[in-house]
Amino acid sequence: MATKQTRALARTMMAPAVIVLFIWMIVPLVMTLWFSFQNYSLINPMMTGFAGWANYVYVIGDPSFTQALVNTLILVGGVLVITIVGGTFLALLLDQPIWGQGILRILVISPFFVMPPVAALIWKNGFMHPGYGMLGHLWKFFGLQPVDWFNQYPLFSVIVIVAWQWLPFATLILLTALQSLSEEQREAAEMDGANAANRFRYIILPHMARAITIVILIQTIFLLGIFAEIRVTTGGGPGYASTNIAFLVFRTGILSNDIGAGSAGGVVAVIIANIVAIFLMRAVGKNLDA
Amino acid sequence: MARRVSVQTKVGFTVLAWAVALLLFSPILWTLLTAFKTEAEAIASQPTFFPQNFTLENFSAVQDRSDYFKHAINSIIVSVGSTLLGLIIAIPAAWSMAFAPSKRTKDILMWMLSTKMMPAVGVLIPIYLIFRDLRLLDTVHGLTLIMTLINLPIIVWMLYTYFKEIPVDILEAARMDGAELWNEITHVLVPMAVPGIASTLLLNVILAWNEAFWTITLTSGRAGTLTAFISSFSSPQGLFLAKLSAASLLAIAPILLLGWFSQKQLVRGLTFGAVK
Repeated sequence: MATKQTRALARTMMAPAVIVLFIWMIVPLVMTLWFSFQNYSLINPMMTGFAGWANYVYVIGDPSFTQALVNTLILVGGVLVITIVGGTFLALLLDQPIWGQGILRILVISPFFVMPPVAALIWKNGFMHPGYGMLGHLWKFFGLQPVDWFNQYPLFSVIVIVAWQWLPFATLILLTALQSLSEEQREAAEMDGANAANRFRYIILPHMARAITIVILIQTIFLLGIFAEIRVTTGGGPGYASTNIAFLVFRTGILSNDIGAGSAGGVVAVIIANIVAIFLMRAVGKNLDA
Repeated sequence: MARRVSVQTKVGFTVLAWAVALLLFSPILWTLLTAFKTEAEAIASQPTFFPQNFTLENFSAVQDRSDYFKHAINSIIVSVGSTLLGLIIAIPAAWSMAFAPSKRTKDILMWMLSTKMMPAVGVLIPIYLIFRDLRLLDTVHGLTLIMTLINLPIIVWMLYTYFKEIPVDILEAARMDGAELWNEITHVLVPMAVPGIASTLLLNVILAWNEAFWTITLTSGRAGTLTAFISSFSSPQGLFLAKLSAASLLAIAPILLLGWFSQKQLVRGLTFGAVK
């Protein structure tokens, strides 16, 4: 009964969402692209006109860009490894017959609901501060010199905080996937004499593969844009030691008022995210057919 | 669960699970405890677990120093406002995609998803300049608008996955019985769609509440939300650990409670329905 009328109605109902999102996507993106080829600085209004590839050469050629790119990869990769391995372990653990499963789930999931600046600041001051942080006390208890985490290991410290925030997400998704594995299948494997390691390798892991892929892709999208955690802890420093691409763009464009160069960095960030996005879309798209 | 295990195994797993869970929860627990300590106790070289001199003065100090309530109200307006606005735009779209799908429906859904993948820094500079020129910087309505746009794809997707589970036959039956479109919506669809809409609302309020990129870059004092409020504590000023803990607790408590009730929706919403 899909008459012309209903089809026109469907289109009308879809229109606002599509139009709004289209404008939201196209207008700023085109502007970023345009600015990236302009001489445009908020500090020096005399600097105008077409810049060619100068902004890109300036941004990409600067050592800070290489470092930010490497930092981005280490940050995303480090957090992914910790959350996937830790999340698989936790999901398997929470799936065991244990007392207090409901409360345990709540405790484990909680860090995900802590807003990024709070997560960063309670880690920075309550845990990683060399003077009065928990870790400092712990180090002193064992007779060690407390570590000044954010000065000595800035990127590692940021990784720890971000991994703490995303571990619950990975755990929750993987646990959900794990619990959809049929009990018969597991019991059959057990009857056939498969030991725990083999059951994990040949039954559980293949079953969770899809969920793991989705966790990796979704986290990557969010992790590429890590910002607040860096902003409130290290400010990207010392030097550029904990600056990722997202923070570099903010630093160049907003803090240093160099719109042209900041935009060029933004375009690079969009390109990197797109590469990841293509893979994610495929994974999600497949599910849509099923 | 039908698996039979010995009591020893169960005890072992329980102890291990609790140890890991408490370790993960410890930063939040520690914040909770520190919030009720005096500043001197919070940074004492011999740390205490429970507050020795239980005090509420940190909370009033935080309110005096940074006006918690103003920021909390901004957070509520932005998160709830942007979610409601998003629902108004998304419900018709998701409805038509779920019940009157065309050949392009899938493409449109995928395209909407793709807008969510766009990194915020890619559009930060134009948005910042547009906001500056339109005098939207540091305004609650400007921030609400941005928040609506960044969460709209998730709202559409979540609603779509819920609406798709509503049996179409019932709608057909209602139509056969001669129900007008409006009646079909209000009497048949809405009652079945309400749980999905509620879940979507809940998850998006949480996401908007915790959003910390646009709130920090586009606001300063006036329209600052709780994420901006907390960020103002990033540079230490004298003794402040207990106050920071109190401020943190105030900022996360409401959403922590909401979050505990929405674990299932979280999985579905954040995986775009790919894991249920």
